[in-house]
Amino acid sequence: MKLLLLFIASIIVNNFILSNFLGICPFIGVSKRLDSAVPMGLAVTFVMTMTAVITWIINHLILIKLNMPYLQYVAFILVIATLVQFVEMFLKKFVPGLYRAFGIYLPLITTNCAILGLALLEALKNYNFMESIVFGVGSGLGYTLSMAIMAGIREQMELSNIPKPFQGPAITLITAGILALAFMGFSGMISL
Amino acid sequence: MSSKKPAIYHFLKGFWEENPVFVQILGTCPTLAVTATAVNGIGMGLATTFVLILSCVVVSIIKNLIPNEVRIGVYTVIIAAFVTLADLFLKAYFPDLSKSLGPFVPLIVVNCIIFGRIEAFSAKNNAWLSFLDALGNGLGFTITLIIMGSIRELLGKGTWFGIPVLLSFYKPMLVMILPTGAFFTYGTLMAISNALKQKS
Repeated sequence: MKLLLLFIASIIVNNFILSNFLGICPFIGVSKRLDSAVPMGLAVTFVMTMTAVITWIINHLILIKLNMPYLQYVAFILVIATLVQFVEMFLKKFVPGLYRAFGIYLPLITTNCAILGLALLEALKNYNFMESIVFGVGSGLGYTLSMAIMAGIREQMELSNIPKPFQGPAITLITAGILALAFMGFSGMISL
Repeated sequence: MSSKKPAIYHFLKGFWEENPVFVQILGTCPTLAVTATAVNGIGMGLATTFVLILSCVVVSIIKNLIPNEVRIGVYTVIIAAFVTLADLFLKAYFPDLSKSLGPFVPLIVVNCIIFGRIEAFSAKNNAWLSFLDALGNGLGFTITLIIMGSIRELLGKGTWFGIPVLLSFYKPMLVMILPTGAFFTYGTLMAISNALKQKS
């Protein structure tokens, strides 16, 4: 039951983009069209889940055991960079269809702060192994959800007449603000 | 790239012409997340400037020793080392600030400003120019964060650096210190900066 609550909370209540401000760069850069936003979101979900598992193992079985948590940042970022590389090679070899669908988005994920943010939050909140996995999947799906909503809105916005200074990222930010206002309605629904 | 321009240009461009937040649109996550108060803005900006200067100078000194294929990995380790330094320093001397910045200090590791400046500038220029470039961009980032933090703190809490400045009949707009306010302030400021640039 607690896991289910955590799952729902990380999708909508503590949405990574709209309430934690993690992963904003791709959110503004790649949310122009629905058919690129959704694969990006799914690629993030995939890497997030893998990261949640591997960083939990490294953090609890190596860094904390050896009493050197100050190496967390260096270790986490190296794990993420390596992981993304491995996932890319694995998909290229065994699931070429998925590899083509993810395309350029996979290598871009290394510098997405949502991934490192996930690893850090997981260490900060001291989740156990199952909770970490659920947190990873939920956060990824939440990310995909807000990417998809944003892309849908931006596709519509292309047809409208926007004042010149607001064109480009400025109007995207304002729209994100309104979306965040809508998501604020969920806050307090589940408190963990 | 612009090696013929005077050295001072590399310092000044970060403030307005190539402001990392409004023009290059880098480092958006910390910009939105930590600017609920002006103090947080300063702390985050200075921490980022510190990491930016040291990483840029180190990279520009050892750039000929780094093999091209593994450069991203090397940069990452250098940045992560300096971020750990900054984080431990803040935790030791400014525990309150460190707590309110939360995971955003370690997240400087993946701040695109640092990667962007290293890739675009330090990997091609000498240590002195890299230092100026990093200092300019870092201070430009800090000033932008202070401006955003001040606006949000004034409207959202009626205070500035924790001191109440607006008269007591002013009712603070809570929404400004919530995520929504961050997006609105950033979007509006970006539009203003666009409008000023289009005029000139």
